[in-house]
Amino acid sequence: MISYPIPLGRPKVGAAGLTGHWRVIKPVIHYDKCTKCRLCVIYCPENTIDLLEGFDVRIDYDYCKGCGVCAQICPQKAIEMVPEVK
Amino acid sequence: MSEELIPDYIKQKKVIRQQNFFRGNAACPGCPIPKELDLLLEVMGKKTVLVVPASCSTVIMGDIHGSPSPVPVVHSAFASAAAIASGLSRQLRIRGEDAKVVVWAGDGATGDIGFAAVSGAAERNEDILYVCYDNEAFMNTGIQRSSLTPFGAWTTTTPAGKREFKKPVPFIMMEHKIPYVATASIAYPFDYQAKLRKAKNMQGFRYIHLLSPCPPGWRFDSSLTIEVAKLAVETGVWPLFEVVNGEFSLTGVSKTFLDKSKRKPVEEYLKLQGRFAKMSEEEIKVFQEAVDLMWEYIKELVKR
Amino acid sequence: MMTVTKHVTAMVGNHAVAYAVKQAKPQVLAVFPITPQTTMLEKLAEYIEKGELKAELIKVEGEHSALSAVYGAAVAGARVFTATSSQGLLYMTEMIYWAGGERVPIVNAVATRALAEPWSIWDDHQDFFSKRDASWIMMMAENVQEAYDMTLQAFRISEDKRVLLPVMMGFDGFILTHTMERLEILEDETVNKFLPPREFNLIDFNDPVNVGPIAAPDDYMRIKFETMKAMEGSKEVIEEISKEYEEISGRKQFGLVECYMCDDAEYVFTTVGAWTGDAREAVRRMRSQGKKVGLLKIRVVRPFPRERIKNVLKGVHGVVVFDREYSYGIGGILATEVKATLYNSGIDVYSVIAGIGGKDVRPLHFQKVMEDVLNGYKFDERWLNE
Repeated sequence: MISYPIPLGRPKVGAAGLTGHWRVIKPVIHYDKCTKCRLCVIYCPENTIDLLEGFDVRIDYDYCKGCGVCAQICPQKAIEMVPEVK
Repeated sequence: MSEELIPDYIKQKKVIRQQNFFRGNAACPGCPIPKELDLLLEVMGKKTVLVVPASCSTVIMGDIHGSPSPVPVVHSAFASAAAIASGLSRQLRIRGEDAKVVVWAGDGATGDIGFAAVSGAAERNEDILYVCYDNEAFMNTGIQRSSLTPFGAWTTTTPAGKREFKKPVPFIMMEHKIPYVATASIAYPFDYQAKLRKAKNMQGFRYIHLLSPCPPGWRFDSSLTIEVAKLAVETGVWPLFEVVNGEFSLTGVSKTFLDKSKRKPVEEYLKLQGRFAKMSEEEIKVFQEAVDLMWEYIKELVKR
Repeated sequence: MMTVTKHVTAMVGNHAVAYAVKQAKPQVLAVFPITPQTTMLEKLAEYIEKGELKAELIKVEGEHSALSAVYGAAVAGARVFTATSSQGLLYMTEMIYWAGGERVPIVNAVATRALAEPWSIWDDHQDFFSKRDASWIMMMAENVQEAYDMTLQAFRISEDKRVLLPVMMGFDGFILTHTMERLEILEDETVNKFLPPREFNLIDFNDPVNVGPIAAPDDYMRIKFETMKAMEGSKEVIEEISKEYEEISGRKQFGLVECYMCDDAEYVFTTVGAWTGDAREAVRRMRSQGKKVGLLKIRVVRPFPRERIKNVLKGVHGVVVFDREYSYGIGGILATEVKATLYNSGIDVYSVIAGIGGKDVRPLHFQKVMEDVLNGYKFDERWLNE
């Protein structure tokens, strides 16, 4: 373990904190339409879509920023962008 | 609250792919940098040191309380990333560590303020992998133009559109006669990773220039990042190529674009971005001609 | 003191420092040539080619890259060295602050030289003093012997766990760099014991760290506070290492300051750098005439050794401070700092500005100024400009 008088950063998920109220719209996956092509996992800029057993996918809403790339890229249009605030 | 949107059977499944660059970082929504780094670190592995000069990535790398990078990061002054990486790579080799030094620099640090250091490190053939992620302006300081900003683009310092053309840094690096030069686009992640893999297994100064669209800087909706990066390649504005020990070859879909009729007209790329919205018909023609001229040059290179 | 075998030779300052660097066994060097340091770089390249020094010499394209490269190597655990002068020191200023702020042990030999404009290759201290607030330990040599000694001590001081700060060793351009003087060198074995292999390293793939990220205001100020404490603490470490070096070299070392013939002195010169030797000669001449004068030589400029200076000057009537640089509106930098140190002590401070741009200064100049003071010519600041 490196010990040093100047503080050094260490690896951390959520280094900038939870997205919380910053997100304006969020993606919702319609699992009935999903064909498990995994393009959303590949293209999510935030690396916040998890690849699961059986190649299912799951959005980590703690850190999703609501950019909408996954919805735009999904060939089946299985992801719907839904406003956070009603 | 959002968890209610996930069916139970999905909630229970285990994650099978690790994060190679952690989520929850300070990048803008739609910014491709975290994904670009994830893909890079997936290829490069744990024994990598990232050298990051002043750029958006400096902020994305967090502060002393936490960093989204699972590998060591050395922050660098704006102009000196290539030099710091040179010293690092020499010492790691002396230490007998089979570790890779990767410079992760923006276009400003590469083509402008750090140009001398990059050229110097290339001339000395330092054993480093230099990846320039190109968002085509000094984005971190608020969208000011850099020498890699394209013709006609709006930036805060070129509000009427940039008069000068984009500095052809990949070709300049090619003329340094270094072992490996390549261009990549985030819309083609497997092409990008294949190039990283090839570069990883080579020695000497390797250079990869990655087109990295910026939603706030290029003025497009954050959902269109990949679409913009794709159109850049499909219109021929951004050719995908690699130069291995002097031998030039186009890669991926760019291979088909030597034939002008196969390239989409540049308008399709320009119209998606607010930074080109004020361009006149005349200027778009100039832009198209510049792209065509570049492809004539590429034809020569392919023939060699 | 243990018996020490003396090896006596003669070398020019640049070669003496290069020899010390060779004995220190660094791993990575990155040096960009600049007058008057070039012959040091050439000597180092020669040592490497002959296999006498097993190090990587990165022939960088500029001084900014030189300090950057050694910073990178140092972070990965290398013992490193670079050398520069005037314009080069200014060019690498951004990285000087970077390395100082991050507290990475580095040794930088600065052959002092006047700053352009006007263009000059001759000696003064403007370049060296301009870096005084960058969190580097700074010391200046009086002669070639001290340049050699200080270089070796610099490596040891910077890597000491209680310090962990980069060290700048200044020595006057041409006056020391190109002048051949008698030099006693240590045996390689002795240096090996004095400078054990370096332990500092920040690149560990089992404990990945983020080196030098953004610090929010609260964190930043706390870091600077700790650095200030380290600087204050380093004074003791410097004295300690100086004492140890005295043991192994068989030569008296003086730590932070040396007060020559100060015991009963009424008026004392204060100098930094090579012209200390000229002031020493002036003191000897005046003492032989029965005049009660002495010399305060400040060896370590940063951290400024204010406590030691206050101590050794007790009982002195006045101090004549010679400055080879200047700060507009307030005066010679050294004079200003000495005045601040002697605040409320009742000791007069006379500031003399001389030697700027390499203007020749000799013992007779020192003597003349002191005679004027002894004859009652009081002045605030005087330029030796004729």
